[in-house]
Amino acid sequence: MSVPALPGLLPELEVVRKDFPILERTLAGGVPLVYLDSANTSQKPQVVIDAMVDHLERHNANIARAMHQLGAESTAAFEEARDKVAAFLNARSRNEVVFTKNATEALNLLARTIELGPGDNVVITEMEHHSNIVSWQLACERSGAELRWFGLTDDGQLDLSNADRLVDENTKVVAFTWVSNMLGTINPVADLCARARAAGAVSVVDASQAAPQLVVDVQAVECDYLVFTGHKVCGPTGIGVLWGREELLNELPPFHGGGEMIETVTMARSTYAKAPHRFEAGTPPIVEAVGLGAAVEYLGHLGLDVVHAHEQAITAYALEGLQTVPGLTVLGPLDATERGGAISFELDGVHPHDIAQVLDSRGVAVRAGHHCAKPAHARFGVQSSTRMSSYLYTTPGEIDALVEALEYTRSYFKLG
Amino acid sequence: MSQDLDALYQEIILDHYKNPHGKGLREEFEAEVHHVNPTCGDEVTLRVHLSDGVVDDVSYDALGCSISQASASVLYDLVVGKNVDEAMAIHEEFLTLMQGKGSVEPDEETLEDAIAFAGVAKFPARVKCALLSWMAWKDATVQAGGDR
Repeated sequence: MSVPALPGLLPELEVVRKDFPILERTLAGGVPLVYLDSANTSQKPQVVIDAMVDHLERHNANIARAMHQLGAESTAAFEEARDKVAAFLNARSRNEVVFTKNATEALNLLARTIELGPGDNVVITEMEHHSNIVSWQLACERSGAELRWFGLTDDGQLDLSNADRLVDENTKVVAFTWVSNMLGTINPVADLCARARAAGAVSVVDASQAAPQLVVDVQAVECDYLVFTGHKVCGPTGIGVLWGREELLNELPPFHGGGEMIETVTMARSTYAKAPHRFEAGTPPIVEAVGLGAAVEYLGHLGLDVVHAHEQAITAYALEGLQTVPGLTVLGPLDATERGGAISFELDGVHPHDIAQVLDSRGVAVRAGHHCAKPAHARFGVQSSTRMSSYLYTTPGEIDALVEALEYTRSYFKLG
Repeated sequence: MSQDLDALYQEIILDHYKNPHGKGLREEFEAEVHHVNPTCGDEVTLRVHLSDGVVDDVSYDALGCSISQASASVLYDLVVGKNVDEAMAIHEEFLTLMQGKGSVEPDEETLEDAIAFAGVAKFPARVKCALLSWMAWKDATVQAGGDR
């Protein structure tokens, strides 16, 4: 696929694409894969696949408890992954990095362990992924705390006009996404964290869509907690990260009880390890952590600022291309500099599932549905949408293929 | 590839999608149900009106893809006017067709336009689209006492 000149594209894009073996494959009918579903899950570079295979082939053992050489190697590899994630987030200490199953588990950990009671309130937003809504709904139902949320403006931004009333002296948690998985909106993270801090609340940032494509520096944005998932940052599934300020993590009660999270156990009671081990009961996803470590190191080598510039260039190109399709409406900000690389849209007269099906027959993989953000869809009066999401390996040629496939979809469904 | 696509989107399906039969909620009914496909968000509100063991009316309001919309329209054509036992038998046959992964030969005598959905059975992700309104109809009919 030839790459038209587009300022901001990743240097040596064709070379970088070779890092991702899956991009070489063809689909039914011999059509090449055009993978535009990276906000759902990213593809994996060879270096991640190799790191995981090497660990399983040569170093596999349980960690922190096996008194043998393999156990030592496996433990070192797991803890090295923690160091790599700490560096990726610019964390003050490696002890601030807790491995979880995914971002959802990290959010549930917080919603389960942060103390709430009647009279308290939790503030979220209308553009959250279900994981950052339902976990707080459950916490509020359990504790009697009140759930509040920021609404959205018509152009897909957070409506902060009533922020002073929403976040008040009874607010304990302000939880929000950095980048919307549906609208693509990039939220003013540092401002929201400062607002939470001023009210005496803790900030919880869902960086699941931000970590793949932006520089995430927890010290710069001054958040209290931040979560992301491994599989969207070129790592494997089955591993996520909870980052929290060390003093806050050490004040939280345990989440799951079990091995590795204790100091000592008697039949009557136990005392607990400090963070991060307090929150890592049982055998963790070891090889997944190793894979995640390799993934964030890979992103670090490319440079997140360079990845971000690439995403913005591709997103701008895609926004332009999509708007040439008759009857197509983009949901969310139309300015590429204000948004991430996920673009949800509607096409008059064709349902998103039917769009995705026709696109798939041309090798173009997108997501159709509510993207686990039903309230955000409801806000814009739509039941579901089609979402294309690019990543560091996406070429302008692939965007052209998407636009052509959308034109084909219109003709297939006989729209004038 | 577009052959597979044509197998899925038979002309009959697209016709029913564009001009659905029996769509809209009507006043006479004994049971109303609301079914949702949680993975994709497709929704149907469906009412059943029975009299003397006969399906007098099926009225519905549905949001969803061409497959789910067309299948509600075909359902309407097939079950309205039939007695409940007969309609349940058609339901069973449609279910068998949809769960057959493309290996079931549909009987045009009973299934009429619904035979167009044979191609949908080859797309596992879309089978639930085709079944949404049919499952809602069965649920509503049972609630309306049609199984007694």
